[in-house]
Amino acid sequence: MQLLQIIISGIAQGCIYGLIALGFVLIYKATETVNFAQGELMMLGAFCGLGLMTLLGFPFWLAVLSAIAAMALFGIALERVVIRPILGQPAFSIVMLTIGIGYVTRGLITMIPTIGTETHTLPVPYKDHAWSVGALVLNVEQMVVIAATALLSALLYAMFRFTKLGIAMQASSQNQLAAYYMGIPVRRLNGLVWGLAAAVAAVAGLLLAPITFVHGNMGFIGLKAFPAAVVGGFGSLPGAIVGGIVIGLVEALSGFYLPEGFKDVAAYVVVLIMLVVRPNGLFGEKLRKKV
Amino acid sequence: MRFIFKTDYAQDIRLAKHGGHVFWYSALVLLMLAAPWIVSEYWLAQVTFILIYAVVGLGLMLLSGFTGQFSLGHAAFLGVGAYTQAALTGAGVPFPVALAAAAGVSALVGVIVGLPALRLKGIYLGIATLAFGFIVEEVFARWESVTGGNAGKHVKDPSLFGWTVESGEPFYYLCLVITVLATLGILNLLRSPTGRAFVAIRDSEISAQSMGIHLARFKTLSFAISAALAGIGGALYAHKLKFISPDQFGVLQSIDLILMIVIGGLGSVHGAFLGAIFLITMPQVIALAKDHLPDAIALAPGLQGVVYGSVLIAFVLFEPLGLYGRWLKLRTWFQLFPFYRRGMFRRQKSFQKSERLK
Repeated sequence: MQLLQIIISGIAQGCIYGLIALGFVLIYKATETVNFAQGELMMLGAFCGLGLMTLLGFPFWLAVLSAIAAMALFGIALERVVIRPILGQPAFSIVMLTIGIGYVTRGLITMIPTIGTETHTLPVPYKDHAWSVGALVLNVEQMVVIAATALLSALLYAMFRFTKLGIAMQASSQNQLAAYYMGIPVRRLNGLVWGLAAAVAAVAGLLLAPITFVHGNMGFIGLKAFPAAVVGGFGSLPGAIVGGIVIGLVEALSGFYLPEGFKDVAAYVVVLIMLVVRPNGLFGEKLRKKV
Repeated sequence: MRFIFKTDYAQDIRLAKHGGHVFWYSALVLLMLAAPWIVSEYWLAQVTFILIYAVVGLGLMLLSGFTGQFSLGHAAFLGVGAYTQAALTGAGVPFPVALAAAAGVSALVGVIVGLPALRLKGIYLGIATLAFGFIVEEVFARWESVTGGNAGKHVKDPSLFGWTVESGEPFYYLCLVITVLATLGILNLLRSPTGRAFVAIRDSEISAQSMGIHLARFKTLSFAISAALAGIGGALYAHKLKFISPDQFGVLQSIDLILMIVIGGLGSVHGAFLGAIFLITMPQVIALAKDHLPDAIALAPGLQGVVYGSVLIAFVLFEPLGLYGRWLKLRTWFQLFPFYRRGMFRRQKSFQKSERLK
């Protein structure tokens, strides 16, 4: 029974990794770059929800929706202001740029007097509830994480599979120039993808907030989501979630069975093994360049 | 304006291209030699740090700037060098032997990391090195019999041929000598066939391969040399600080190192030095500026992050060649005066094409 308990909390934690990894994958799929500020966007989303709930006194659902909408707008604005000017430059430049954005965001949050430097709890209606099923105690916070992740990934999958917008995004990710020729507004799409990724990050932040706390350095969890994205295969949306769950499970189980210290590096050991054995990840496409 | 009239093929690979180079670099060497009499003790320590970071930066520049493999875990090599040095000098091994061992162990670790890198590209490589960095940091924290764990470890002063090199001026000269040797080594490497092979790999792996360059061998070599330089830098760093702990070699340090070479200017040896100067003097400048800022901003803990981040963003957006690129433009402007055009250094735009699909 204890094992099941650990597995469930591992899955819940893995869903968070998966959601952040989803943000990486969205941006990678559409623009072929990696956003190192994804963790910081998540942190910003959590702070946004916190501010709306505690300072402005919004009810829970309204606060969640407006935090997500605000972050989506922020993502679009970010793309417009800093990413778009260097569209068409080497991917390395954009990676450096997002590292810079991460630094600035983290710094700016901690610069807000009294709010930025402290840890806060997000007042959610389902805080500290638990269901008991037989001998199993299910933490409602973790259940919400799992359910929300499942819903969100189904929505995104449907979008990329069935809507015109999603297909256009895939096209522009495969070949920007050809997508331009086909009349796809590549730039506007890139903006939308950044907005979408920021919104997903906000969801992850709001889901994570009740489990840990809201603080300026919560974005560092984004570094654990890289392994998740790689294990799943960097270009695959379901892969991100599966990869996240794999990482979450490995972490939870190694925390339980292995000596202290292994829990923190388990994710990285897994990703190194994965990169050596199967660099394209579980669901990744084959990498090969034709001359 | 200077015209170089080439009469000999050897002129193409000469280190000092013309008299100006000889003059200015000699002046720089003299200035560095005289530094202990010119600057105060505090600033001499900062200059020593600049030299140490420059050695590490040279290594990372070779890997990222010239071979095009980018590493997000370079602080791990720094740490391996630092701990090797600390352990060996603690056991009474003389400084040159310990330094060589630190470089050797780091290089060995670099080869091990380089092995998966042969199959990986771009962001995957970044993540592999990032993961490696985390694992090494954890090893430092857990292997307490050697590293002292999170409590940290004290490092003795280096002993060289019987006498102890004290911190301050003697140690500064030691760093200066090592930095000059490392720089000359890198410059020589870059004009050799090996260095050209590195640059060819950076520009296009496929065309490098078709020219008969053994990708695996040269990538591993690049990792090894880069890690060895980071190890040497780490050894000096350990002696300079006299106290090392695992958190000095974490991911933030790795990102600082990347930031250093990007701001300095990727793909130029000068960039490693300019970046090191930036990285070391920036906190001092921020500290000076704090006196003139309102308390709400000056006392905020995130100020340094904001400044670093904004400078990085500004450089990527407006000056992708870094500080060295800015200097090149300035120099060209003076050389060609009044014929400099705005578009002379314009970047070529390229449209992205996925490598994910056949």
